[in-house]
Amino acid sequence: MATTSRLDRTRPAPAEAATARPRRGRRSSPTLNFWLFTSPFLIGLVIFVYVPIGWSVWLSFFEARFTVTPDKFTGFANYRQMLDNGNFTGALLTFTVFAALIVPTTWALSLGLALLVNRMRFMRAFFRSVFFLPTACSYVAASLIWKMSLFNGVRFGLANTVIGWFGVDNIAWLADPDPPWYWLVLVTARLWLQSGFYMILFLAALQNIPQELYEAAEIDGAKRGWQTFRHITLPQLRATSTAVILLLLVAAYQAFDEFFNLLSKTTWGRPPLVELYYMALGQNQDYGAGSAGAVMLTLLICVVTLFQGRLMGFGRGEESR
Amino acid sequence: MSASSNSNWSRRSLFRAAAGMAAAGTLAACGSNNGRGGGSSSGDHLVQYFHAYGEAGTEQAIKKYAKAYPKADVSTQWITGSDFESKLFATLLTANAPDLFEFHPQIQLVKSGQVADLSDIIDPVKSDFNQADIASHTVDGKIYGVRMIDDPQFFFYRKSMLEKAKVEVPQTLDELIEAAAKLTTGKVKGAFLGNDLHAVINPLIWSSGADTLTADNRPAFNTDGVAEGLTKMRKLFTSGSLLLGAPADYWDPSAINQGLCAIQFCGMWAMPAMQQALGDDLGVFPFPKAADAGKPSVYNGGWSMFVNAKGKNVDAAKEYVKWLWIEQKKYQEDWALSYGFHIPPRSSIAASATKLQSGLPAEGVKLFDQYGHFDNIGWTQAMITATENVFADCVRKNGDPKASLDTAEKTVSAELKKLFG
Repeated sequence: MATTSRLDRTRPAPAEAATARPRRGRRSSPTLNFWLFTSPFLIGLVIFVYVPIGWSVWLSFFEARFTVTPDKFTGFANYRQMLDNGNFTGALLTFTVFAALIVPTTWALSLGLALLVNRMRFMRAFFRSVFFLPTACSYVAASLIWKMSLFNGVRFGLANTVIGWFGVDNIAWLADPDPPWYWLVLVTARLWLQSGFYMILFLAALQNIPQELYEAAEIDGAKRGWQTFRHITLPQLRATSTAVILLLLVAAYQAFDEFFNLLSKTTWGRPPLVELYYMALGQNQDYGAGSAGAVMLTLLICVVTLFQGRLMGFGRGEESR
Repeated sequence: MSASSNSNWSRRSLFRAAAGMAAAGTLAACGSNNGRGGGSSSGDHLVQYFHAYGEAGTEQAIKKYAKAYPKADVSTQWITGSDFESKLFATLLTANAPDLFEFHPQIQLVKSGQVADLSDIIDPVKSDFNQADIASHTVDGKIYGVRMIDDPQFFFYRKSMLEKAKVEVPQTLDELIEAAAKLTTGKVKGAFLGNDLHAVINPLIWSSGADTLTADNRPAFNTDGVAEGLTKMRKLFTSGSLLLGAPADYWDPSAINQGLCAIQFCGMWAMPAMQQALGDDLGVFPFPKAADAGKPSVYNGGWSMFVNAKGKNVDAAKEYVKWLWIEQKKYQEDWALSYGFHIPPRSSIAASATKLQSGLPAEGVKLFDQYGHFDNIGWTQAMITATENVFADCVRKNGDPKASLDTAEKTVSAELKKLFG
């Protein structure tokens, strides 16, 4: 009823609309509005994203040591150098493995947290905030805490204190690569920092699942718990899961801060970006080779995410909602 | 219906918030600190880069000297964090590059035209400098940096702990390994050489009877002696008597001061802080002989002032360097002796440095004179990294020393070819 009456009111007004239109046009045409609102972003995008990408691609074909305006064209020499560089290709391989492990782990942990928090009868807001808070913490600050107080190698480090209760000797978590305890430090830091954010995404998606579905399932005799989770919750979270996995994959390949801060002077556990940083910035100032590596890394991320999108149907329109 | 109006609303508010954020971002960019100080356009503005010294009062001292300079407004960037060289190298390429900075002599900075020739300001007082410091800053007869301080690095040990464990001061690396084992108890580790051991790389090379480069700039570190030294270092690293993963690294005296270790590799700069914490319970010894052909060694590190030749104020920056690091001997002395202990590179100041002439500091100076190796300007950051990788691969990891040394030699040769042709 309400809908019809509203439609009726707008219908007999073509003349009014004609007078109104020019006034609206003078104040703001849709085109002007569009550019007004989007141009700050577009300008930023062009200056801070597209120009550097283009510049980087251009640099990758030049010998650019100690300069970003080189003049010596070297073709694919930088690419060849990077592919010959065992450290870089090793880092790509290591981080493909790293991504394969950390992505499902973070996914599962954040989904688990979301399910727990969603079930909460009381203090839900409190726990939601508590789990989300680490997202606001800087990776560098977290790395320093992990390195200096939780996982330092001396007897009063938190981790060593705890294993000391069970009579286990102190472990130099980060200094000694055999056995590779440093992965434990890196992975826990990453999980702590990231899970909360993805938990919020899952939480939002969980709250969007219509209650009717669960009611219908109950009527049809589905058991609460695993059965409903497997056949209702999980399929309903598909779009969010896909997005989360996509973001996690990109984040895994772009890992930098905690690795850079936790591992110093190592030849192991270096993500591609740290490798590139050392190559292009810190010491060699070789922007050509660094750019070549960056281009290859970008391509790899694109390929992996496209493949993943294919596999899980990201952006397949209505069906993937 | 209500859903659609809701989404309209949120889209609009999102745009508005985003536009606001973009505007705020632009404003923030305008206000960003470019390190050039504010205000007046009269006189020159100079920016200098210093790494963060650990000793109390150092930052204030550097700023105090700058403030006393009448001819230009000098602002100081105090760079914290452990990768000073990365930040320095990265900034040098930009418009915000400092006009002058402290660093170590490295020839690629000269070859790329990054640092200015300072011969004209140093020449008049050249004979008053430690000649080794002059040599390490000279390329083709031109001097490119003014040494501010010399920092010998060696071992400090707790006399009481060695006595209690009936351990003599180690004369060889083997004895150091033994001593570390005997000194290790439930709460104290025998020795601390830093968390990643990079500080003892050059001393190990020298004490194994080799050198980084030959006099005509060829790699000289890939010898059987060094390989032997590396094998011993691996033994020490895996012995369980080395303190690893300490909250503060080797350059900070905390580990020995807090009783975490009996022997610590550190530098002359930390001596006052150690003496304050431990009193007379402190001795020093050089990095011991690591292979038959070697002898004990000390790395005479330090910091020098360089002028950015690509900066806008090269002349004004040179004027300032001349004023402070050539003329103002009071400040130079203050800088070398009032915070940490450093050996003044100026003979006239060193001669009057009474603080360094007795007791433990005098022993440190003796090690500096007797076993010291100064910087080699041809030994650049890329080569340093190559040897750091050797340590990572065959001391911290169980790699083959000879193979790692071969890899490093390849890298170093490639760098040398780029630099010297």
